[in-house]
Amino acid sequence: MAATKLFFAGSGGQGVLTMGQMLTYAAMYADMNATWLPSYGPEMRGGTANCTVVISPDKPVSCPLIYEADDVVVMNLPSLIKFESLVKPGGNLFVNSSLIEQKATRDDINVYYVPANDIAMKLGNARTANTVMLGALVSVAPVVPVEMIYKIMEKTFSGRKAALLDINKTAFHAWKQEG
Amino acid sequence: MSEKVLMKGNEAFAEAVIRGGVRFYFGYPITPQSEIPEFMSRELPKRGGRFLQAESELGAINMAYGCGAAGGCGFISSSSPGIALMQEGMSFLCGAEVPVTLLNVSRGGPGIGSIQPGQADYNQVTRGGGNGDYRIPVFAPASIQEAVDILYEAPAIADKYRNPVMVLADGLMGQMMEPVVLPEPKEALTSATIPAAKPWAISGSEKGERSVVKSLRLQPEVLEAHVEHLYEKYAEMEQELERVECEGLEDAEVVFVAFGTMARLAREAMELLEAQGIKAGLIRPISLWPYPYSAFDKLSGKTKAVISVELSMGQMLQDIKLGVRGRVPVKLIHRVGGMLPTSLEVVEKTKKILEEVR
Amino acid sequence: MKPVFTVTKGMLPVSTSYCPGCTHGVAHRIIMETLDEMGLLGKTLGVAPIGCSVVAHQFMNVDMCEAAHGRAPAVASGIRRVHPEKVVFTYQGDGDLASIGMGEIVHAAARGEKFSTFFINNGIYGMTGGQMAPTTLIGQRSTTCVDGRTREQAGMPLKICELLATLDGPVYIERVALNSPAHIRAAKKAVRKAFEYQLSGKGFTFVEMLSICPTNWGLTPAKAMDWLEENMMAYYPLGVYKDLGKEAE
Repeated sequence: MAATKLFFAGSGGQGVLTMGQMLTYAAMYADMNATWLPSYGPEMRGGTANCTVVISPDKPVSCPLIYEADDVVVMNLPSLIKFESLVKPGGNLFVNSSLIEQKATRDDINVYYVPANDIAMKLGNARTANTVMLGALVSVAPVVPVEMIYKIMEKTFSGRKAALLDINKTAFHAWKQEG
Repeated sequence: MSEKVLMKGNEAFAEAVIRGGVRFYFGYPITPQSEIPEFMSRELPKRGGRFLQAESELGAINMAYGCGAAGGCGFISSSSPGIALMQEGMSFLCGAEVPVTLLNVSRGGPGIGSIQPGQADYNQVTRGGGNGDYRIPVFAPASIQEAVDILYEAPAIADKYRNPVMVLADGLMGQMMEPVVLPEPKEALTSATIPAAKPWAISGSEKGERSVVKSLRLQPEVLEAHVEHLYEKYAEMEQELERVECEGLEDAEVVFVAFGTMARLAREAMELLEAQGIKAGLIRPISLWPYPYSAFDKLSGKTKAVISVELSMGQMLQDIKLGVRGRVPVKLIHRVGGMLPTSLEVVEKTKKILEEVR
Repeated sequence: MKPVFTVTKGMLPVSTSYCPGCTHGVAHRIIMETLDEMGLLGKTLGVAPIGCSVVAHQFMNVDMCEAAHGRAPAVASGIRRVHPEKVVFTYQGDGDLASIGMGEIVHAAARGEKFSTFFINNGIYGMTGGQMAPTTLIGQRSTTCVDGRTREQAGMPLKICELLATLDGPVYIERVALNSPAHIRAAKKAVRKAFEYQLSGKGFTFVEMLSICPTNWGLTPAKAMDWLEENMMAYYPLGVYKDLGKEAE
């Protein structure tokens, strides 16, 4: 099976790097090969954040660097403008329509408008917007089994953060349920 | 077998050397490897080790020299300009035959350059910037697992040859996360076990003969004999430490040569080329010194060009040409300054090169 | 018969390579005699510098290593991490410590490293042939200031004890001289105190020894001793610059 290449972009604090990491953990738990590569350096502090995830079900990931992506998530407008072109023809683009009023311009890709922040607010925790978005991505492109997402959630939201587990599980399915 | 864990490169590197027996870390913060001193400052004290933030890279390499001379298992990490500042120390360590494990998470240059990934330290690490006749084994892993395995083994190699050992990783690998299986921790030496394990080390113990660790040899015939001795060791290292991975050389029309992350990029380019009916092969030097020159003897008569894929202006070309020995043209596909080629870019440039040489 | 003098086991039974009249031999001897008297010879690790005393390990009978020019305090810091229970010292000249190695000594002192540094200040680069040192006095001649050092051209000589005494890391700093029996006896007491403080884990100890270089000063040893007394001691006053040992007790 060919590798799936995913790209997540947004501004610092939107949980963009976390989304990619959750997916990478889930892939590892599912015994798949995966790489997670963040952008780093001064741009990290300049407010933009992005990461690349490559998931390969059987053989090792050839290359953690990508020139096109099967799935791209954009959490803010600058990311849409900059990274819409990265989606490969026939690929998926997930747009955080809570913060991005503009529409995507390409017609050779599938575009999903996910009001991630609005859904998160409705659930009562604005910080789950990235989980809402991740849930939308996995429901459209099932690159990892949902149980493995649960597994990393259970590890992440344990101890002092245990109270956040349920709301994140709910957030993960919220878009599909709304849809 | 241990469980797979997902780790950021820099933290995996640090964990691996601790498991390999390292108990002393000396370093100075520099991007893109500062997670390593941070990790070491947290972890080493918990595992019977010591962490010391040096006043400079110059301080760090000399602390490691003192540590190694005293029989301790030391580790230093830095990035390109920091490694440059350590060159004096490297020459001393080699001359005085003091082991240490070094990690260069390299970035762009020359000068301060950038903090983005680079491979332009090739000449620095394989040829060295210190004075005198010396060599340092250099390993360039291409995945975090391979880096972990090499860093786990590196302290033992350093001890065996009483020489520094360098691992070269690019900034991408330091920041990347990839699942790894961590090896079982080795037992580390202590101040009590050092005198017996390393009788040559200075340990301030009444073990009969006193130890002197030095590189000074003022009499020419004595220094000559010492350098000859060092080169006998280096000849052994050339026999024992050469590592390379070759793929698809038998029927390759074009063969890529690349190390580190660029080897992974080249591998993807191979797949893309194959889909277009072009057979490509890969020579991936894992040891940059000793350089796997003999791998080039496996080139088949079908190969029309050898292409170096590098994040430098072609610093590895010289070694490739020594391996190829004029049998086929040697070309270069590269980006520098922190710019990264894509595998697609490599494919396009390769097709152009093939048009030229066909 | 009771011997009136025994040669210390701390010095190897070889002739030193130092010039006639040089006080390196005196400095070596009082350090090694002290270690011998304290029963520490088998528990000590020394670090030799770059300079005339690069060969100190040929004369001092303890485990020793060399350091690159100026780096002895960093090297000793590394040694100290591996062997926290041993005695560690560095032996450094003025070019080594006060010029190229200023960064290392200041930081080791500031960290309060638990080793002792013996600083041999003779105001000149000896091994390289008499060039100006960071401690060369104003008016003093050297091969890189043949008409004598001037403030305009080379700035002022560095007072290392005074400088290090501004730090909170060191526990004991004293300047002594090696130009007379009385001064040498006082110097040996300072050496002992440095090791005693180190042994009791108090922190960084530092003894500066004003020394002579008859060869490069162009003086006879006797005249050099006088020159030290009249000129160096005027600019570099002897005395204790820091002693927190008693407070720490």
